[in-house]
Amino acid sequence: MKILCCVKRVPAPGAKINVTADGQDVDAAHLGFTTSPHEECAVEGAVQLIEEHGGEVTVLTLGTGDAEEQLRYAVSVGATHGVLVEADTNQWDPQRTAQAITAAIRELEGDEPFDLIMFGNESADAGGFQVGIRTAMALGRPIVQGIKGVEISDDTITARREIDGGFEVYELPRPAVLGIKEGLNLPRYPTMKGRLASKKVELNSITASAAEGGQARVKLHRPEETVSETVILGTGAEAAAAVVDVLDELGVL
Amino acid sequence: MLLVILEHENGQLVEAAREALTFGRVLAEKMGEDLEAALIGRDDDDLVEAAGQYGAETVHTATHDLLTDYGPDAYGSVIAQMVESLDPDAVLSCGSDRGNEFMANAAARLDAPFVANCTDANPGDTWEMTRVQWGGSLLEDATLTADVPLLTCGLHAVAAEIGDEEDADAEEFDVDLDESVTITMVKDRVVQEAGVTLPTAPVVVGGGRGVGSEDGFGQLEELAALLGGRVGCSRAVTNLGWRPHADQVGQTGTRIAPEIYIASGISGAIQHWVGAMASKHILAINTDKEANMVTKADWAVIGDLHEVIPAIIAEVQSRKG
Amino acid sequence: MSDFPTSAKVVVIGAGIVGNCLVGHLARLGWTDLVLLDKGPLPNPGGSTGHASNFIFPVDHNKEMALLGEQSANQYRDMNLSVDSGGIEVARTQERMDELQRRMTSAAAWGIEAHLLDPAQVKELVPFVNEDVILGGFYCPTVSVVDSLETGTVMRKEAIEKAGCQVFANTEVLDILTDDTPRPNGRRKVTGVVTDKGTIDAEYVVVACGVWSNQIAYMADTYIPLVPAVHQMADVGPLDVLAETNNEIGYPIVRDMDTFCYERQSAGSMEVGSYAHRPILHHPDEIPSNEEAALSPTEMPFTADDFDQQMEEAIELMDMLGDAEIKYAINGLLSLTPDAMPCLGELPDVENFWAASAVWVKEGPGMAQVVAEWMTHGYPRVIDSHGADVARFYDEEKSDEHIWARASEHFNKTYGIVHPAEQWESRRHLVEAPFKSRQEALGAEFFQARVWERPQWYTSNADLVERYGLEERCVEWDNRWWNPITVGEHLNLRENCGLIDLSAFQIFELEGPGAVEFADYLAVNKIDVPVGRSVYTPWLNQDGGFHSDLTMMRMAEDRVRIVTGVFDGGRDEFWVRKHMPNDGSVTFTNLTKQISTLGLWGPNAPAVLGQLTDHDLSHEGSPYGSYLPVTIAGVECHLFRISYVGDTGWEIYMPWDEAGTVFDAIMEAGKDHGLRITGGGVYSLSGRIEKGYRLMGAELESEYNPIEAGLARPKVKAADFIGKEAYLAAREAGAEVQCVTLIVDDNVDSHGNERFMQGGNEPILTLDGERIVDSHGRISRVTTAGYSPSLGKNLLMGYLPNELAVPGTKLQSMYMNELYPCTVVGSGSAFDPEDTRLKG
Repeated sequence: MKILCCVKRVPAPGAKINVTADGQDVDAAHLGFTTSPHEECAVEGAVQLIEEHGGEVTVLTLGTGDAEEQLRYAVSVGATHGVLVEADTNQWDPQRTAQAITAAIRELEGDEPFDLIMFGNESADAGGFQVGIRTAMALGRPIVQGIKGVEISDDTITARREIDGGFEVYELPRPAVLGIKEGLNLPRYPTMKGRLASKKVELNSITASAAEGGQARVKLHRPEETVSETVILGTGAEAAAAVVDVLDELGVL
Repeated sequence: MLLVILEHENGQLVEAAREALTFGRVLAEKMGEDLEAALIGRDDDDLVEAAGQYGAETVHTATHDLLTDYGPDAYGSVIAQMVESLDPDAVLSCGSDRGNEFMANAAARLDAPFVANCTDANPGDTWEMTRVQWGGSLLEDATLTADVPLLTCGLHAVAAEIGDEEDADAEEFDVDLDESVTITMVKDRVVQEAGVTLPTAPVVVGGGRGVGSEDGFGQLEELAALLGGRVGCSRAVTNLGWRPHADQVGQTGTRIAPEIYIASGISGAIQHWVGAMASKHILAINTDKEANMVTKADWAVIGDLHEVIPAIIAEVQSRKG
Repeated sequence: MSDFPTSAKVVVIGAGIVGNCLVGHLARLGWTDLVLLDKGPLPNPGGSTGHASNFIFPVDHNKEMALLGEQSANQYRDMNLSVDSGGIEVARTQERMDELQRRMTSAAAWGIEAHLLDPAQVKELVPFVNEDVILGGFYCPTVSVVDSLETGTVMRKEAIEKAGCQVFANTEVLDILTDDTPRPNGRRKVTGVVTDKGTIDAEYVVVACGVWSNQIAYMADTYIPLVPAVHQMADVGPLDVLAETNNEIGYPIVRDMDTFCYERQSAGSMEVGSYAHRPILHHPDEIPSNEEAALSPTEMPFTADDFDQQMEEAIELMDMLGDAEIKYAINGLLSLTPDAMPCLGELPDVENFWAASAVWVKEGPGMAQVVAEWMTHGYPRVIDSHGADVARFYDEEKSDEHIWARASEHFNKTYGIVHPAEQWESRRHLVEAPFKSRQEALGAEFFQARVWERPQWYTSNADLVERYGLEERCVEWDNRWWNPITVGEHLNLRENCGLIDLSAFQIFELEGPGAVEFADYLAVNKIDVPVGRSVYTPWLNQDGGFHSDLTMMRMAEDRVRIVTGVFDGGRDEFWVRKHMPNDGSVTFTNLTKQISTLGLWGPNAPAVLGQLTDHDLSHEGSPYGSYLPVTIAGVECHLFRISYVGDTGWEIYMPWDEAGTVFDAIMEAGKDHGLRITGGGVYSLSGRIEKGYRLMGAELESEYNPIEAGLARPKVKAADFIGKEAYLAAREAGAEVQCVTLIVDDNVDSHGNERFMQGGNEPILTLDGERIVDSHGRISRVTTAGYSPSLGKNLLMGYLPNELAVPGTKLQSMYMNELYPCTVVGSGSAFDPEDTRLKG
């Protein structure tokens, strides 16, 4: 089985995210970078599938050379190959990104399509909710988003999507595409040996080219501060009523 | 004309659809255009009426033998056909999982841009939008150049508000679908299995060193059971052998994302915090008002958890009757 | 916030291990009206304490670090927040095995149980170690793991209960207020702290905020020279063998010394920490806030590439680590200073503004006690802390350039094998004598004393090696940072004479109607002597222990000069400024870079100098201790008849700008008298130790008084001076120990190699091998070790109880874990005990 996971390199910020002076990007001066969380689960899911069924997992990202870090990370947790679709930034608009990834997938596949392509439901940073869908449709393959459960049989991919009080079940023919949500699994961490081995894997590089889409960034900014002071509901046992009011309001009673 | 695609469930407009209509009403005014709505897979009068309450003048209803359930291709195909036939000036839906999915599907069919999760939109030759990034931690000002702008409004970007009541006209929309749209249609529904797991529990009652003993967790268990939740704990607690590792919330344990995390007797070490920080709400119970967990919580009760928790249990029981 | 205070006696900034322990110790010492602030939340405000590995290896070659580490470990134990896990330093190289012998020696000095293990014994204690990659290990059963956060909480609560300490978390310091009214002592005075919750007027402000300390110091226009630096740490697991111990730590901590890494169990995981990666330093303003940080401000993003080699080496040592998951990995920030010692004490520029910084968890409680005692008594009682005194730094050591260069250089030496004489590579030639070009032409091998370059020997004297039949030493360690030329220079000085650059002397002057009275207040001995006389004298602290040991000269009726050593200049200048009257009766001037000094000593010194002046150089015309103006080669100089090497001669003081002229004239005059330019190896070690001359910071520390050091005069002057009361009491009580010289009778080791002791702190033991400890807990140990060229023997200095301080007593000293027999010479000189050469 051949599985492709498309991932995005994103900063790993704390509770407060700063923006660069020109408003074009997150100020990542003191931040590390990670794989967008939904996609981390996608990679883990893909690795679990090949552990069960055999095969290979290829991980693809579109961005600058720095994004190799995320490809190697994926390899360190069990992915087989890494492909960098080289672009001048990690911030291409969604149409352009999908177009470039579609072209890259076609180049990688040749005549032999991936049995399954996994995207994250949306990226942690831009949250455009569309790159996977556009890519799948350009490739003429079915895609369902929001997936938290995947099973694969000879010609069917069964996917579960969480809804209130349960799951919706989708059955897609192979090859298909899924938009994965965090919660599919608890991604493993790399082992030391995995990390060291990932350093030695040769990564494939494809130059991206695609036309700009209709959406363009003007600037990023922080929403007006809503001061998140902790509300003290009370002291000791007498606070119980106020606590239960809160539970009621949240609908968890 | 601004066309709002309505998401519905069990014969009702979902709350996000009402928000979208409210958002749309303001946007249509800015555009100087009429507000119309679309219902896919249903043509119920009360849904049409509900849309009218929010200011939709016309509700286009698309029904078809193949529209038996939700499916992104089915919805996307209908929306694409509506764009072509109804010639709207813009199409709006809600930024829910489904809303973003079917709008992106339609955009792909139309090879048109789609802007997800807007908090503000200003029409023009080039549209100027403000949209959610980083789950709401940041906003992005963006421009949109499109023949027919497609957008969703972010969840809770506006509060749903009924407008000048209109009697909406229902207009049937002839839709042309083939079997291929059923590939991605919901095939089955499964009701949640009994018993919740720590990662998926809607309520987690966490205990730290402050619980004091293995037995002290009994009260936490009781509260968690009452609320259909699970008990979690800090690393200190597993190190002390009071709880199994499977209950540990944190960097090296489980990462949780409940509707509410009730952190009792937990100081809020970073190790623990990174496992708990995805919680949608946090209530801290602690004797120290300067404790990390208290300052990070939405709500806090200052006091001994062994007094506070039994009181909460009693209160929940009395309200549940 | 309405309950935020507007004034306090003491504001402590930083609620990490140091700040919490500090308020606790202040409360114990009776302080009240305390405020503790931190910009982060409690109990973990996000500083270095929060991610510390929390273990204490008690053995250190450095006395301050070893004893304060032990003191700290015991405080943790007293709170029941410590577990003795044991720890093993494993060696992969023979050089490290030799270093472990040196560790055994230090362990013996401090009385810490330690064992050398072979690889099989290491494996017995830590079964998952690969014994094939190690040669052995140094096992210390009292290595402990502590709960630093909980300790902080306990100490903070004690301060709240005992002293009503007010604690404000999530409170950011925005500015430090000072009174900048000019005063004769040149110091400003702290007056308060501005925070985001309000301003607090404060009498004392203490900076205990670790990596942010220098940022806070800048707010008061002063420095706490430290830099935040990365220590990488990865938590890997789960590992069944560890989980099965069912506790936080069940196996000894392993320090893989040659890879600069450690492996420390943490419940079911292993923490692998490294001091091996490239130095990664940050400016304090690059540290994110609590809100901005993904983890905590000091848990910065892990730069995995820097850690790969350490992973490979860790797997080599413990194969099981390879398959364990890297669950958590950080670039943890800690504080590094330019000289690897902490920054404690009052800041010289700003009165009542104190530093308690660059302190790690392993020494936190002890160092907090040091600062609390210092604030209370004027001096720390628990231990002499001159090495950590923030006043030790010269201006050249406070720049970012310097701090960064030095921190980069010593970071990788955290687990390094550092020779006692080891020289820095970076930031050299910061301050040079006016003779530099001449010294270079003569082949000077420069050693650096803080920022000053001093020639240690001159390769132009290589012919002396042949003349005196000298050889290199057979063990590389003894030969390192040493050259037999220095022995040749020594012997030539004794035979003819030598000229030594002393430009690094720190020279101050007090002037004004109150100068002599104030000078007398500083010194034990009488300074109100006739003009032209000098006084060699201790300065004592309030408890009667040594603060300094130096020379003061009566220059005029209202002017006194102070000459002290380069290692003490900063501390001594601060001491003067701190105590001087501000009524205008005294002014202070630092003349160090205006006056250069040369030392001319040896039997031919009078003949050489006699050619350059008509002044009567006899003991009548230039008596010992006199300080007289003369003209040499047309340059106005002062001749100070004194000797730190045991031969007759002078220190010659001259204007900096004309020093070259004097240098050339003396060298020319010495041509036919065997004069050689001579290095500091003779001045500060071989010449000194032959004579048993005491050195501040070695023999002379605050734990000892002049009676014990053998520096008490028969009478005590009438005038008051700092420490007088304690001094009188000590005289009354008599000495329990005496500073003595010992001669090493046989220096051949078990391999048949001649060894040459160096370093210090090696234990002096009875013939039964017992440690010698006095009633105050002071240990008999080597304070100076050195080779005496005149006697052809190794000499040691140290303190012994009276009954052992008797000449002829047979004892043993340890060196590299071997015992050498030695004999007590007594409190006088091993060479020329009658001082006949001084009278020549």
